[in-house]
Amino acid sequence: MSLLQHDVPIAWYLLLSAALFSLGVVGFLIKRNLITVFMSIELMLNAVNLSFVAFAYQWHQVRGQIFVFFVMMVAAAEAAVGLAIIIAVFRVRATLAVDRIDLMKL
Amino acid sequence: MHLILFFLFAGLCLAGAINLLLQSHPINSALSLIVVMTSLAVLYLLLGAEFLAIAQIIVYAGAVMVLFTFVVMLLNAGREERTLGSHAAARIGFPAVVAILAVLATVILRAQGLGAVHLGEGLTNSHGSSNLVVLSQVLFHELLLPFEVTSVLILVAILGAVALARRDDEERTAEK
Repeated sequence: MSLLQHDVPIAWYLLLSAALFSLGVVGFLIKRNLITVFMSIELMLNAVNLSFVAFAYQWHQVRGQIFVFFVMMVAAAEAAVGLAIIIAVFRVRATLAVDRIDLMKL
Repeated sequence: MHLILFFLFAGLCLAGAINLLLQSHPINSALSLIVVMTSLAVLYLLLGAEFLAIAQIIVYAGAVMVLFTFVVMLLNAGREERTLGSHAAARIGFPAVVAILAVLATVILRAQGLGAVHLGEGLTNSHGSSNLVVLSQVLFHELLLPFEVTSVLILVAILGAVALARRDDEERTAEK
């Protein structure tokens, strides 16, 4: 029964957040598909959101949660623009491999 | 109960994130990212952020990931190819990432004054009102201007996305 009433330390949530962020960085580095690289960025944003919510709980401040709300809205806008850019790049290059997209000029 | 839920969904989160890295097809990566985001919504619920949990599911697991899967299918993205660049990035990147994770974990584990999460005790229970009430009071009184500015940002983003993704008239006539 002691397992059922156990409290979870805030530090564990922060460790999970750090682990997710690191996995996002690894994905950003090793993935070679433009869309998957973009997904790794979303993963990093989510990891940071988790630590914002954990700290909002820790300090009893609602502003931490509001910041997460703003991050979500900006991330949604970022996803729309980023995917539009990916479509535009694909139309010109006909590839999604980041190694072949090595010029800023379309 | 809290501990079991935490381990279950933290495990799902990490498994989804690792699966995102291991899959070579983008659509599998997108589906594992949905698993990560939905598990994060449950963790938000455990931390007493009910509104954010629902927003996470609607905005991230819903809208953003639908956009991702739509683009993956629209562009017919196939398996990614392993190249020289990816090997070099893996060789240099992995030690760097392990070092970053070690530093972060050390800082977190040695930090003083971090409390514990007690289930059902959100940040607003002391006021006797729900999470949503407290959140909207701060959002619509003190932070009304940033909120409205964000709506303009989203409008600009929509217009920008349409302008970027649509074809030029010259291209279309050239195709004809």
